[in-house]
Amino acid sequence: MNHRAVWAIYSFEMARTGRTLFQSIVSPVLSTSLYFVVFGAAIGSRIPEIEGVGYGSFIVPGLIMMTLLTQSVMNASFGIYFPRFVGTIFEILSAPVSALEITLGYVGAAATKSIILGLIILATAGFFVPLKIAHPLWMLAFLVFTSVTFSLLGFIIGLWAEGFEKLQIIPLLIITPLTFLGGSFYSINVLPPFWQAVSLANPIVYLVSGFRWSFYEVADVSLTVSVAMIAVFLVACLAIVWWFFKTGYKIKK
Amino acid sequence: MQSILSIKNVSKTYASGFQALKSIDLEIRRGEIFALLGPNGAGKTTLIGIVCGIVKASSGTVTVDGHDNVRDYRGAREMIGLVPQELHTDSFETVWATCTFSRGLFGKPANPAFVEKVLKDVSLWDKKDSKIMTLSGGMKRRVLIAKALAHEPDILFLDEPTAGVDVELRKDMWEVVRALRAKGVTIILTTHYIEEAELMADRVGVINKGELILVEDKAELMRKLGKKQMTFELQQKLDAVPEALAPYKLALAADGRALTYTYEAQGEHRGVTRLVEELLRQNIRLKDIATTQSSLEDIFVDLVRKDG
Repeated sequence: MNHRAVWAIYSFEMARTGRTLFQSIVSPVLSTSLYFVVFGAAIGSRIPEIEGVGYGSFIVPGLIMMTLLTQSVMNASFGIYFPRFVGTIFEILSAPVSALEITLGYVGAAATKSIILGLIILATAGFFVPLKIAHPLWMLAFLVFTSVTFSLLGFIIGLWAEGFEKLQIIPLLIITPLTFLGGSFYSINVLPPFWQAVSLANPIVYLVSGFRWSFYEVADVSLTVSVAMIAVFLVACLAIVWWFFKTGYKIKK
Repeated sequence: MQSILSIKNVSKTYASGFQALKSIDLEIRRGEIFALLGPNGAGKTTLIGIVCGIVKASSGTVTVDGHDNVRDYRGAREMIGLVPQELHTDSFETVWATCTFSRGLFGKPANPAFVEKVLKDVSLWDKKDSKIMTLSGGMKRRVLIAKALAHEPDILFLDEPTAGVDVELRKDMWEVVRALRAKGVTIILTTHYIEEAELMADRVGVINKGELILVEDKAELMRKLGKKQMTFELQQKLDAVPEALAPYKLALAADGRALTYTYEAQGEHRGVTRLVEELLRQNIRLKDIATTQSSLEDIFVDLVRKDG
């Protein structure tokens, strides 16, 4: 294992976050805080409790998850797409590093940023709405695994994309809508049975449900199913990344 | 001499169907400066890309000091530094950060003193804290050289290293190359400035349309393929070359005041004495005699034209 290379890529990417602090951290924290203010503190007080949890508190896990998903995808996709776009990828490809090491460096850095972001948003939420974390270790586990999995997805998009437009398509057209419809703002149990069944096809339902369970022990689906879904998604992303590097698809001429 | 890089039967056909390389065989000797010459699109950059792991070969093997560059890519790549033709740099990074990044990427432990020396060697030390986007094209080129040297390669690929670099800087760079060679680094360069290859290279390879049409010791190449010309400046104007001089295929200048004799530089019997005797016999009086020898550039242009 060329651990120095992993560290070089990781610290390079973390330094990039440091340079773009406003865009990487401040901006998502601020926009998520607006949701807390509007839906939590303002409108939330007029919405009845959901399964014994105040609406403002109920939406916190979903909102953290939403930011986590979009930021993980965007950070990781940009991290690997930019060197491809400007051509500096030649150095990574000509270095004595394996696909695993490249992935660890880029995805590790993107996931770290997301985890930091998630924790900052969690702390910020505490200012606006009452919070309770029933299972802190499970909460952290969901935070970490979701960040890693969606950073891997972002990495795949960054390897695949051939332009900035493609880079934006999946976060904007797929992940954001799925998150909104994935029970971030409501329990899918309030939906008519048909739409409940449709919602179960949305993988994000399982992430939000599991994450919310770690806070309030309230879940739309069982914990086991949530964990299994993350595991399946993680393994699928790893397999795709492995295939990209094995075949050199879109990486090597 | 022992070979450090061995390219065997390497070919490359791109997905578009374009065959960039046709079965290349090449041995690079340890410690030499090898100049790879060829017109645009000849396959130079593809060949370098295959050796460095950026381009996948369609067939063939590349061995770097005994390390197969696919099966044992770590061993092979650790030894190679690459300075690409295009100015691919991280615009927002500082010179120092990008050089230390390269060192780490190639698995070398941090060594600020070494990176400092590299930056001083390429005259970039005073720019170490500058962002790369604030540097001129020539400086960016030197940043790429510094990045490649930062991980202490045994083989350095310089793909058009002096393109867009002013004359003074170019000379500085060649000093760096000479110093590296003195340390035992093997250097493979492509250049459009053939006089540089003539000045620096130990051996020359000419690639055209994906084929290596020649690999030769530079001095030997110049001796074998170089042409010499002897120009006789005449005291009196000539209207035509006398019949008796026809075997020498002399060229008469437009003003009729000079005769030029072209002959192979390596020829044993060049006929110069007989020609001079014949000139005198024809009562042609000479004012001056000058000889010129073809440059590597002339030889290169000649080879590529014949091949094309």
